[in-house]
Amino acid sequence: MSFELETAANRESLRRVAIDPVSRVEGHGKVTLLLDEAGHVREARLHIVEFRGFEKFIQGRPYWEVPVMVQRLCGICPVSHHLAAAKALDPVVGALTITPTAEKIRRLMHYGQVLQSHALHFFHLSSPDLLFGFESPVQQRNIVGVAGAYPEVARQGVLLRKFGQEVIRITAGKRVHGTGAIPGGVNKSLTAAERDELLQDADQMIQWSRDAVHLARRLHETNGSLYDEFGLFRSHLFSIVRADGALDLYDGSLRLRDARGQIVLDHLPCADYATHITEEVKPWSYMKLPFITELGAARGWYKVGPLARVQNCDFIPSPLAELERQAFVAHGEGEPIHAPLAYHWARMIEMLHAAEVIRSLLDDPDLLSDNRLAEGPRQREGVGIIEAPRGTLIHHYRVGDDDLVSYCNLIVSTTHNNQAMNEAVRQVARRYLDGRQLTEGLLNHIEVAIRAFDPCLSCATHALGKMPLAVELVNADGSLVDSATSGG
Amino acid sequence: MTKQFLLDGQPVPFDDGQTILEAARKAGHYIPSLCWHKDFPPHGSCKLCVVKAAGRHVSACATPAKEGWEVESNTPEINGERRGLLQMLFVEGNHFCPSCEKSGNCELQALAYEYEVLTPRFRHFFPDRPVDASHPDVLLDFNRCIFCELCVRASREIDGKSVFALTGRGIGKHLVVNAESGQLGDTDFSATDAAAHICPVGVILPKGTGFAVPIGERSFDVATIRSKTLKESS
Ligand code: SF4
Repeated sequence: MSFELETAANRESLRRVAIDPVSRVEGHGKVTLLLDEAGHVREARLHIVEFRGFEKFIQGRPYWEVPVMVQRLCGICPVSHHLAAAKALDPVVGALTITPTAEKIRRLMHYGQVLQSHALHFFHLSSPDLLFGFESPVQQRNIVGVAGAYPEVARQGVLLRKFGQEVIRITAGKRVHGTGAIPGGVNKSLTAAERDELLQDADQMIQWSRDAVHLARRLHETNGSLYDEFGLFRSHLFSIVRADGALDLYDGSLRLRDARGQIVLDHLPCADYATHITEEVKPWSYMKLPFITELGAARGWYKVGPLARVQNCDFIPSPLAELERQAFVAHGEGEPIHAPLAYHWARMIEMLHAAEVIRSLLDDPDLLSDNRLAEGPRQREGVGIIEAPRGTLIHHYRVGDDDLVSYCNLIVSTTHNNQAMNEAVRQVARRYLDGRQLTEGLLNHIEVAIRAFDPCLSCATHALGKMPLAVELVNADGSLVDSATSGG
Repeated sequence: MTKQFLLDGQPVPFDDGQTILEAARKAGHYIPSLCWHKDFPPHGSCKLCVVKAAGRHVSACATPAKEGWEVESNTPEINGERRGLLQMLFVEGNHFCPSCEKSGNCELQALAYEYEVLTPRFRHFFPDRPVDASHPDVLLDFNRCIFCELCVRASREIDGKSVFALTGRGIGKHLVVNAESGQLGDTDFSATDAAAHICPVGVILPKGTGFAVPIGERSFDVATIRSKTLKESS
């Protein structure tokens, strides 16, 4: 794989265009394009400024604070950090396996999070682009526009998300920033009343999720040339999978497939992640670019998240989502699907799976048991890997005998996808922007490609359903030629 | 006939020698405090119990009630001063409530809710105060210390050990441990000491049990600090 368009020759003589979404604490993203005089794209980069201070902040803190503290890393999937940290710290209290009650409650919490996050992303953030078109009037391209034109779709999106949040509230104590998972297990089981409350709506959620899968699927079936081609690039696929190859978003071992769908690495224990993943630093990006050590930087980068997971697993262990996976795979006609817009379809298949998992967990009497905590001889180190809504999330800690964290390393989903998102931006820049007069609609194509990955910088945009955007046209000498703002 | 004073216009009976704070609470009127404790003489350092008696600002915990006094406590002016004091306490240390085990059981936090401390007002000091994790059973997180000296007093007067002391002045004031190394692990402090259980905030905490009590079941999740205090004083 090439890094074409990553760095242009004669950068000084090129015209620079920046797409600069407004900064938020969760992350700040920006795209820069360098154009030559004829308007040809010579360089395209996505920069994401990460808050790397967190690892430092956690060092020196007592380990039991960590699962609660790390939720502040991300405004949109705090539960994923909460659970990954608790998993990593289970061995520190000697819980090499946790109790069935603890595992099932954590799973319930996690799938609740996946459901609410996927619903939010699809309905609030992406459906305006998908339903109205990428160059539709910007006034319409938001959730309010969707509510006007497709009220039922918008309503289901809101209620799916609300259900996921209820699952989180009941398992973690609060809708956001709860405390449910603690090293060694959980601090709370479900009451029968709480379970029954969730049961009331659980079947409806499965139905609506299924409708959403079909909506995403129809986009590919009716507009294949756009949906299957937009921003297309091939890469490895990376995720955890269950020991039997099933999709599992809470636990498993590491698997890597190549762009043709062949398994390259399999059954790698999570604890060994550092041997297999190298994080490369490039001078132009704050965010590291990880690659698979065995394959090297040029070949070893990969995609994570729904598109990778749905194709990396051998099957989905819930009946309706498995049928949808099969339809998805069939669409690829024997080849893995790499189209960034297929993330939406895969994401909806996962949402359906999450709804099914929640429904079946609710029948499990273990959820009501008080057997919540496990312990054993203490370990000094732990790695917790979870498939967060956006992809593989790695937490790694060492804890001293004094109970303080002495080492912390986190690799978040958006970092795994850094190279892949840059590649998608370049593809779109080459195909749609090259040699043309730049308009808001054209620049939105770039954002559509980034949004497909649901990177964390979209935290900033979820609330409004549109990406606040500032575009600057700067001359080769750095002077501002023109600027415009939209969205926000 | 029992003596009485007026608190915000309401008669409050008292016995000779009783402070304004004690008499008021006993009669069901809430006056806040952080450093006051029924087992110790008044300390008067947190100033949250400030009231206006006979036109002067006084600490209700340290001022004996006087027959016929008119005392103002629950007024916008006094409550505003209390809010200001709480805001100062928050910026003086490093209070990251979401990951503090004391959250939900913490008196400072509960008072901040009670007095509607909703926005930051002062610049944060961000002091550098490393934690002391040297003791096998108890963690000291100095970041959250409000200098109420309850641990100092409890260790000296109840446990007979004098494990803690305050040192320094003004903004340099800080809590220290009475050992040559300065480490709690080098004292005879024990998790069963009274001083281990008296901290109103999250400085002195048992190790290893973080967040075992879920949100919704913590002291101030089920009662406000006002109702809890009044119940304990009646
Ligand atoms: S001691 Fe109280 S106010 Fe300070 S961080 Fe802990 S809960 Fe918050």
